[in-house]
Amino acid sequence: MSDTTQNGPMLAADGTTLKRSLARSLRREKTRALLLISPLLFFVFLSFIVPIVSMLFRSVENSIVQDTLPETVVALQSWDAQSGELPDEDVYAAFVRDMLVAIDEKTHTRLGSRLNYEETGMSSMFRRSGRQIKRLDPVEDAPFKDKLIEIHDGWGEVQTWAVIKTHSVQYTDGYFLNAIDMQRTVDGPAVQPENKQILIQLFWRTLQMSLIITGFCILLGYPVAWILANLPMRTANLLMILVLLPFWTSLLVRTSAWKVMLQQQGVINDVLVWLGMVDDAARLIIINNQIGTIIAMTHILLPFMILPMYSVMQTIPPTYLRAAKSLGASNWTAFWRVYFPQSVPGIGAGSILVFILAIGYYITPEIVGGTKGVFISNRIAYHISSSLNWGLAAALGTILLAAVLILYWAYDKIVGIDNVKLGG
Amino acid sequence: MGTIQLKGVEKWFGDLQVIKGIDLRIEEGEFVVFVGPSGCGKSTLLRMISGLEDCSRGTIEIDGQDVTDKLPSERELSMVFQSYALYPHMTVGENIGFALKTAGMSKSDIRDRVEQAAQVLELTDYLDRRPKALSGGQRQRVAIGRAIVREPKAFLFDEPLSNLDAALRVQMRFEISKLHDDLKSSMIYVTHDQVEAMTLADKIVVLKGGEIMQVGSPRELYEHPQNLFVAQFIGSPKMNVLAANSLKGAALADGVTHVGIRPEHLELVAEQDAHIEGDIEFVEYLGADTFLYLRTGAGDQVLVRSLSEQTFPRGERVFLRMKDGKSHSFGENGQRV
Ligand SMILES: Nc1ncnc2c1ncn2[C@@H]1O[C@H](COP(=O)(O)OP(=O)(O)OP(=O)(O)O)[C@@H](O)[C@H]1O
Ligand SMILES: [Mg+2]
Repeated sequence: MSDTTQNGPMLAADGTTLKRSLARSLRREKTRALLLISPLLFFVFLSFIVPIVSMLFRSVENSIVQDTLPETVVALQSWDAQSGELPDEDVYAAFVRDMLVAIDEKTHTRLGSRLNYEETGMSSMFRRSGRQIKRLDPVEDAPFKDKLIEIHDGWGEVQTWAVIKTHSVQYTDGYFLNAIDMQRTVDGPAVQPENKQILIQLFWRTLQMSLIITGFCILLGYPVAWILANLPMRTANLLMILVLLPFWTSLLVRTSAWKVMLQQQGVINDVLVWLGMVDDAARLIIINNQIGTIIAMTHILLPFMILPMYSVMQTIPPTYLRAAKSLGASNWTAFWRVYFPQSVPGIGAGSILVFILAIGYYITPEIVGGTKGVFISNRIAYHISSSLNWGLAAALGTILLAAVLILYWAYDKIVGIDNVKLGG
Repeated sequence: MGTIQLKGVEKWFGDLQVIKGIDLRIEEGEFVVFVGPSGCGKSTLLRMISGLEDCSRGTIEIDGQDVTDKLPSERELSMVFQSYALYPHMTVGENIGFALKTAGMSKSDIRDRVEQAAQVLELTDYLDRRPKALSGGQRQRVAIGRAIVREPKAFLFDEPLSNLDAALRVQMRFEISKLHDDLKSSMIYVTHDQVEAMTLADKIVVLKGGEIMQVGSPRELYEHPQNLFVAQFIGSPKMNVLAANSLKGAALADGVTHVGIRPEHLELVAEQDAHIEGDIEFVEYLGADTFLYLRTGAGDQVLVRSLSEQTFPRGERVFLRMKDGKSHSFGENGQRV
């Protein structure tokens, strides 16, 4: 030892310093580990991160107006939308030039659809005008103002140009404003007309119903988990299969089964009428409304509550209860003061799981929810597949994501996330 | 206050009889230790006394009152578990005060009693901690504290020290013994460690297979074991047991088949005085004492405790004599003759 301290740093077999050779071998190890997980990383990146980021981006991205009508947008800058007067000839001429290019590239209908989200009628206006504008010549047919108004009345309305101007920005908050029942106008953000305000209400309903469903899951799941955790192993395993059985049936099948059960001519109503508890003329309406959604979703999400509860309860040693009883506690006190507090992490984990699943649920509310029992996710699906307003869908999705994160954060502040256990 | 009487107590788990008819009286203030090999039913018997397990047959009386069908909470006993069973979501203070809060005592009374108990057990500095942040010995003391604040009629301990290391076990043993002197209440203590049994007990109950083998003070058990099982179970190192016919020139009563002799009751003698002869197989030097492991001609192993003044080479033949009146004779059924 004293040798090495005199002769400088310790050397490895190949003559490099020990420190360097250790660092090198550690680095090699890390690289190897990284290489091993790289396919998964790549997959997660491609299939998860990229779509989410692109969705977030889509909720603010709005270059279509600028890209399709570049000259018009510039020309509109000098026009005051609040003056109540139509833009002058410059704008109309620029518009025709832009449109000719757009018609050539067949992008003008896309722009029409985009503007149609903001002002109904825009889509058909662009499509129809397109056919006639095609025949105009950008130089010889000037001036265009009157010709355009002749082609379609819409070009003679201030509102049309105001819409184009307000939505000509590259990045817009318009989708987010729409998502909270507001809109982008020339005067800045404004509240949507009353008949178009549905989204806030829908968010609110989604939140409320998810909470109710979570509550019911706790109430129903807790005793089941308790029984599971306290039965002898073999019986518990059998019961566990019953709990897991729903997982082996397609979600669609289960939801459809509820449809059969809950209809006015369905099993439940039939039985109630047969028992004489309900009059035949006054059969219960328990489907295509909130009740239907709550019943079906509670059933479908129940296993997600039971499983974490069960695995936490299983770790509570039976001696805790015995000790409490031997110290003079009644069964109820022993449960409430000793067992229950220790099972709270299981309730927490189950609740987070169920709530987050519920808040984004789609198929079940779609099938049994009618119009009153649908969730925000159904609206998102509508904008993705029917109205094709992906920007709004993305904004709604982003808000939903943010809401979940905020709730998660609040939960962490109130209960503490280390108080969540999935067992062990 | 604190007499416990068991009359013909039995426990069946289905077809399996675990406790086979136990009659036992525990006097007020007595320290009774249940010992026996693993699985002999010590914990089961203790749980039956506490009420956590019901009796299949027989009765249990506390202070002359039949409590066989009473709930654990009505028996006014306190039990301390091997695993401590401290509640992780409560502080040490809350753990100790658990029974008092359950009984509906006022906050200030609870605090006084908890502080008092903490002082006795030297836990005052830890009252606000969680059990997780305590050492094994401290946890054990909390478990004991939780039991003593209630001032129960009797304490039940189920192998309370078996999770502790050797040194701590000795210390806690001493503290439990001191506690018993202070509180003067009855205690039933389960262990399979016979040193604990010998040092703590006023009365030892030796169990085997759900039956009582012998009840008596440590001295009685050591000096007058009633059967071979007790003879070999009590005492460390174990008593030597030899077939009666392998002994030369010992005067034995009729019907004696086995003779037991403790290692310290054998002396080295000349060949003509010997009862036993054998070759030294192994020598264990422990300072004050030296243990000699002999192999007799019949193949039995005999352990001798001798003073360390002499040294013994391995393989040497030695001759042994049982000290007068120190041997124990057992008949064919293993009972003392
Ligand atoms: N619930 C039960 N069902 C069936 N048999 C049981 C049950 N509980 C205990 N036994 C059996 O009863 C016997 C006595 O068990 P007990 O726990 O009382 O042993 P013990 O003397 O405390 O052992 P140890 O020293 O290992 O703690 C054992 O053979 C055990 O297998
Ligand atoms: Mg035991």
